[in-house]
Amino acid sequence: MRCATVKGTSAVTLLDLQGLSVTIPSPAGPVRAVRSIDLRIAKGEIHGLIGESGCGKTMTGMALLGLTPAGAQVAARVFQFDGIDLSTSAAVLRGRRIALISQDPAAALNPVLTIGRQMDNVLRTHSPHSEADRRAGAVALLAATGLPDADKLMTSYPHQLSGGMQQRVVIAQALATGADFLIADEPTTALDVAVGAQVLALLRQLVADRGLTILMITHDMDVVAAVCDRATVLYAGLSVETGPASAILTCPRHPYAAALLAALPDAAPHGQRLAAIDGQIPPSTKPISGCAFAPRCPAAMTLCHTVSPPVRVQGDHLWACHLAEGAP
Amino acid sequence: MDLVRYTLRRVLLSAFVVVGVAFLVFVVAQVVPSDPAALYAGPRPTAEQIAKARVTLDLDAPLPQRFVRFATAMGTGDFGVSYKSRRLISQDLAVYLPATLELALFSTLLALLMGIPAGVIAAARRGSWLDRMGSLGSILSVAMPTFFFAMLLQLVFSQWLGILPLSGRLSQQISISDPLPFVTGFNLIDGAIAGRLAVVLDALAHLILPALTLAAYPAGIAMRLTRAAMVEILARRHIIAARALGLSATRILFGHALPNAVGPALTVIGLSFAYALTGAVLVEIIFAWPGLGRYVSEAILSKDFPVIAATTLVVTLCYVVMNLVIDLTQTLVDPRVALT
Repeated sequence: MRCATVKGTSAVTLLDLQGLSVTIPSPAGPVRAVRSIDLRIAKGEIHGLIGESGCGKTMTGMALLGLTPAGAQVAARVFQFDGIDLSTSAAVLRGRRIALISQDPAAALNPVLTIGRQMDNVLRTHSPHSEADRRAGAVALLAATGLPDADKLMTSYPHQLSGGMQQRVVIAQALATGADFLIADEPTTALDVAVGAQVLALLRQLVADRGLTILMITHDMDVVAAVCDRATVLYAGLSVETGPASAILTCPRHPYAAALLAALPDAAPHGQRLAAIDGQIPPSTKPISGCAFAPRCPAAMTLCHTVSPPVRVQGDHLWACHLAEGAP
Repeated sequence: MDLVRYTLRRVLLSAFVVVGVAFLVFVVAQVVPSDPAALYAGPRPTAEQIAKARVTLDLDAPLPQRFVRFATAMGTGDFGVSYKSRRLISQDLAVYLPATLELALFSTLLALLMGIPAGVIAAARRGSWLDRMGSLGSILSVAMPTFFFAMLLQLVFSQWLGILPLSGRLSQQISISDPLPFVTGFNLIDGAIAGRLAVVLDALAHLILPALTLAAYPAGIAMRLTRAAMVEILARRHIIAARALGLSATRILFGHALPNAVGPALTVIGLSFAYALTGAVLVEIIFAWPGLGRYVSEAILSKDFPVIAATTLVVTLCYVVMNLVIDLTQTLVDPRVALT
C-alpha cells in the first residue's frame, strides 16, 4: 500500500449530481455525450473536471447551466444545487447563482460592444441600480480581477485587449452576475503559460475572498495541481475516479487516470519517448459493455470487457475498477 | 482616432464621386447625337433660329471652357433653364426633390423597421411557422412586380377598407382650399412648422401606400440577409456566453447578436434608397406622386439635357450623403469596420 488513506471531509455539499446523462439525437442515432457522471462539490472548493476532448466535460457544464443543445435529453438520479432541483430550475439559476467562465475569451466576448456595455448588460439584468451605480460597480469588478486602468477599459473593445485581459473581463462578467458557483471551462487553454498561471491565481484568490465555488473543466493536470482541491476524472462520458486532487495526482487508482498522468511530458525520464495511451475513446454513438476503458487498459482482465466495474471507496477517494487495489 | 480618419477619408472619396459624375454627365451630353441648339430653338426651327440658340447657349466655346462654366454653374446651384419648358430647373427641383426625398426616406425607414426585426425573429424562431411565414412574405415582397403590389395596396386599403387615400401628396381640401406655405417642401415638416396636425396626419396617410410599395423589395432582401447573418451569429460562443450570464433572450437577440449581423442589411437598404430617388417612376405614376422619377423620365424622352444633368447631379449628391450616413452608422455599430 503506497498511498495513505484519505479521510472523508464533512463540508457542506453545494452541487450533488448522480448518474447524469446527456443524450443528443443525431442522424447517426443518439449521441451519448454524457453517459453517467457523479459529481459532488462542496461549498468553497475548486473541483477539477478532468478528461480529454469528447469525454463530456463541457457538456456536463452546459447541463448545469441548462444550455444543452436543442433536443438533448438530460437525465439524472440526483441533480441538485444547494437543495434546488436543477432539472427544473437550471434556467432560473443560470446567470444568478451559476455562471460560466467561457473558454477562449476572444470568442466569448462580443466583438462589437465595448467592455463597459458588456459589463452593464450583465449588471442591469441582475440589479435594479442606477446607471451611475452600475458603472461604478463594473469598474470595481474589473479592478477586482486585477485589470489596471479599469476606468479606461470601459470604453475599449475586446480586440484592443490582450488574451489575459480578455479572460479577466470574462471573469469580471461572471462575478457581475453575483453567482456563487462558477463553471470555468478551460480558462487557461487559450493563454500562454505565465498569463494562465496569473489567471489561476486570480481564481484561487476570488474563491478565498468571495466564498465562491468553482468547477474547473480542464484537460491539463498542471491546472489541477495548481488550484484544485478535489477532482473528478471523466472517460467516455463516465466519471471513473473522484477524490482529493493531491490523491489523484500522486496516487491515481483508476488505470485511465494513471495512464493520463504517465502521459504527461514531465513523467517521462529525460530522453525517453513520452508514454501515450494506445487506442481510442469508444464512439459515443455505441453503448458500452463492461468497463469503458477495458479495450485500452494494460491491466484489463476478461471480466472487464463484460461486467461493469464496481465502485471502490477509500475514504473520500472513489474509483470504478475491477482491480481491488486500482492501477498497478 | 480611427473613426475620425475613416470619416475624413470617406468624405473625401465622396467629393471625388460627385466631381466625377459631373464630368461624366458633361461628356455624355457632348457625345449624344442630338443638337441642343435645335432643341432649344423650339419645334421646326429655322437655321437662323438654331444659330441664334447656339450663341445664346454658348455652344461654340471650346470644350474645357464650357466644362468649367458648367461645373461652376452646377456648384452654385444655377442649373439653368429647361430646353423644353423654359422653366428654371432649380424651381422645378425645389418641388420635385423634397417630394421624392420624403418618399424615399420614409420608405427606407419602413424597410429598416420591417425587414430587420422580421429577420431577427425568423432567426430566433428558426424552423417555426413564424419563420416560414417570414420567408414566404419576403419572397412575395421581392418577387411581386411593383405596379401589381401598388394596385393591390390601393384596392385593399383605399377601395375596400377606405382607410388610406388613393394617391397624391395631400388631400384636395388642403392643397387647394387651404394650401401650406412652402418652406422645405417636405409636407410633414412644413405641416409641423405651420403647427397644423391635421396636415401632418394627412401627409402621413398619403405617404404610407407608396412608401410601403417602395419598401417591399428592400425589406424582403434585408429580412433574408438579417436572418442568415443572425443564424450564423447566434451559434457563436459569445452568444452562449451571454446566455450563461443570464441575459434575457430579447437583450441577447437585439443587443448582442443584431449589431454583429446588421451590416449587410444596412448596405442593401442604403442601395435601395438610391433606387427610390429616380427609379420609382412606376410608383410615382400609380400614386400620382410629383417626384423626380417622372420629372427626369420626361426629360430623358425629350433629350432635355440641362434637366438630366441637374437631376443626375442632385441625385448623386443625395446618394453619396446617404451612403456616407450608412457607412458611418456601420462603424458606430461595428467599430472594426473603420479599421479595414
